Amino acid sequence: MSETTSTTSTAPAPVADNTKPLASEPKGRTGAARILMGRDAVTIYALVAFLIYAAIAIPRFASPVTTGFLLLDVIPVLLIAMPMTLIIITGEIDLSVASTAGLTSALMGVLWAGGTDIWLALAISLLAGIAAGMFNGFLIAVLGLPSLAVTIGTLALFRGLALVIIGDNAVANFPKALTAFFTSKIGGTGIPTVMIGVVVVMVFFGVLLHFTPFGRGLYAMGYSKEAASFVGINVARSKFWLYVGSGAVSALAGIYWTLRYTSARSDNASGLELAVIAAVLLGGVSIFGGKGSIPGVIAGVLLIGTLNYALRLARVSDVVLITVTGLLLILSVVAPSIGSAIRQWRHTRRVRRSFTRKAT
Amino acid sequence: MSSALDHKNATTPAPDAGARGAVASLLRMRELPVLIALALLVLITYLINPLFLTAQGVKDLLLNATIIMILAVGQTLLIITRNIDLSVGSMLGLVAFGTGSLFSAMPDVPIIAVFVIGMAFGALLGAVNGALVTLAKVPALVITLGTLYVYRGLNNAWAGGKQYFAGDRPEEFGALSVNTFLGFPVITLLAIVVVIAVAIYMSGTRPGRDLYAIGSDPDAATAFGIKVSKRVFLAFLANGALAGLAGVLYASRFNSVGATTGTGMELTVVAAAVVGGVAIFGGSGSVTGAALGAVLLTTITSSLTALRVDKFWQQAIVGVLILTAIIIDRVASLRTAKKLRISEARNV
Repeated sequence: MSETTSTTSTAPAPVADNTKPLASEPKGRTGAARILMGRDAVTIYALVAFLIYAAIAIPRFASPVTTGFLLLDVIPVLLIAMPMTLIIITGEIDLSVASTAGLTSALMGVLWAGGTDIWLALAISLLAGIAAGMFNGFLIAVLGLPSLAVTIGTLALFRGLALVIIGDNAVANFPKALTAFFTSKIGGTGIPTVMIGVVVVMVFFGVLLHFTPFGRGLYAMGYSKEAASFVGINVARSKFWLYVGSGAVSALAGIYWTLRYTSARSDNASGLELAVIAAVLLGGVSIFGGKGSIPGVIAGVLLIGTLNYALRLARVSDVVLITVTGLLLILSVVAPSIGSAIRQWRHTRRVRRSFTRKAT
Repeated sequence: MSSALDHKNATTPAPDAGARGAVASLLRMRELPVLIALALLVLITYLINPLFLTAQGVKDLLLNATIIMILAVGQTLLIITRNIDLSVGSMLGLVAFGTGSLFSAMPDVPIIAVFVIGMAFGALLGAVNGALVTLAKVPALVITLGTLYVYRGLNNAWAGGKQYFAGDRPEEFGALSVNTFLGFPVITLLAIVVVIAVAIYMSGTRPGRDLYAIGSDPDAATAFGIKVSKRVFLAFLANGALAGLAGVLYASRFNSVGATTGTGMELTVVAAAVVGGVAIFGGSGSVTGAALGAVLLTTITSSLTALRVDKFWQQAIVGVLILTAIIIDRVASLRTAKKLRISEARNV
């Protein structure tokens, strides 16, 4: 390419000084800078900055009560965001998660109302979630259908099945001991006891993504499916298990939802899928796949959660809060584009200037 | 490439290939299975419950389909270019509430002006989406997920707990979705005109074909000299204007408009397009197909009611329908790919 342009001009074409300026051109970051300046680190800084601000400026924010309510509210999103991160990193998506949670909740309610032992009901509900995930995985990984379309279909299907199972009834008389456990706190810290289980799930997905060959393979798949299968990654099998994992965790979220609000209904957790995806993208995961990290996503989920909580404490109308989620999401994806546009412009200007210097 | 091959295959056989080719291409049309499914559905429901096709029954069917039909047409423009707009439900809600407010502020405003203002408002909202997507080069899925929340939040802030009811609007405006012309409700005729106009635009004009080219291969389209950003921006604008139109019609059709009007509609609209054979990865599908998909989705609900199927089954059946449509598309595209491979091998 470059040879053809240089041969067209008769006079020796001015060439940019390729020793000095290019060395100072931006290149891929390495070492500590990569961790400290990365996209997910920015989300973490934003979270920390906001927490400090809120603790100082908002009365009643810095208290164990806050920790408790805040965490209880974000747990479903936090749980589902874990497998969703992995799925989006491979360049796919799962819109059916909230419907799976609703289906689990409905099933659990009907089984309990029908006299099944509560532990058996929980186990069956979890299995139902896994089956739902396997169904998605089969259609997407085995049949090779587009995940966006398939999970819009199963979003309707699973929610529909929840309606078939429980109709417009609600089951509320779950064992007191169990529902009390789900809202109980660890000592005086205000941290809900169930957070222990949630942390286990987060650590599991974090280790799976960042420290195993399987997880590294997901990044490769996100960049290029063909290249990934050439280096020996079984793309179809990886995807299948991701959807199974997504179904299982969605089922856990459904069970949590049911026992936290002591209510099994067909419309439990409806619309949650978009909140999860918004949080994951805010956490620095690229919708094109291949980029993102679990710590970033956790920060993203908590950032949206704390913002909403703080605004609610500051008596900002509940209904306006979703605007904040939307603006954050848009800002988080548009800002890097603006940044790279500015870098591009400065680069062009520098190259131009070095041309003019040569010419004079 | 493929068109050259088709051409060669069509000219080599006997002279009557033209007629046979036309029949074959008619059979290959992606709208056909949707149309057949729709016809069977209506026929079977009618045979079991003749009340289904009374004048009032047909009118209800058409009225239910109208709004989703218009939204599906707009959505198709975007899906064909490999984009998507998830904010349509929120845009519809804002415009519908805006229409209600307009009538309460100026009861004497001419109805045609309401349509113009509603569509302009929708176009403005769509233009925001389009500008963000094309200037920041960020995937439409993310941006419109964001504007879904932002527009809904604006609607909440604007409306609060307020609602406008049918009584707040002039009689003639509500009459649009009551009066019929040749058996069709007026607003449905409007929707049909929209479908036909956009279908002609998509299949017969240069900008329309450009949208398909962009969806098939954005890089190739750029190399070919198509102004990709401009076309995509205009598609978002058009989708916004259509969502605005749907919002005005919503205000005419339904009794009340408020803060939550149109919530959750986006996925139904995308589902209608997918059922109608619009490929989610762009480059193929038609506006007519999407409109038929919308009619099929809304008709299923009515016919299940007419068949006295438990209403709780409806959503599950819709889900199965969407999955079936995707699988049919997949099988069809695999067969086309196989056929192309064979004919390519012969040509060598």
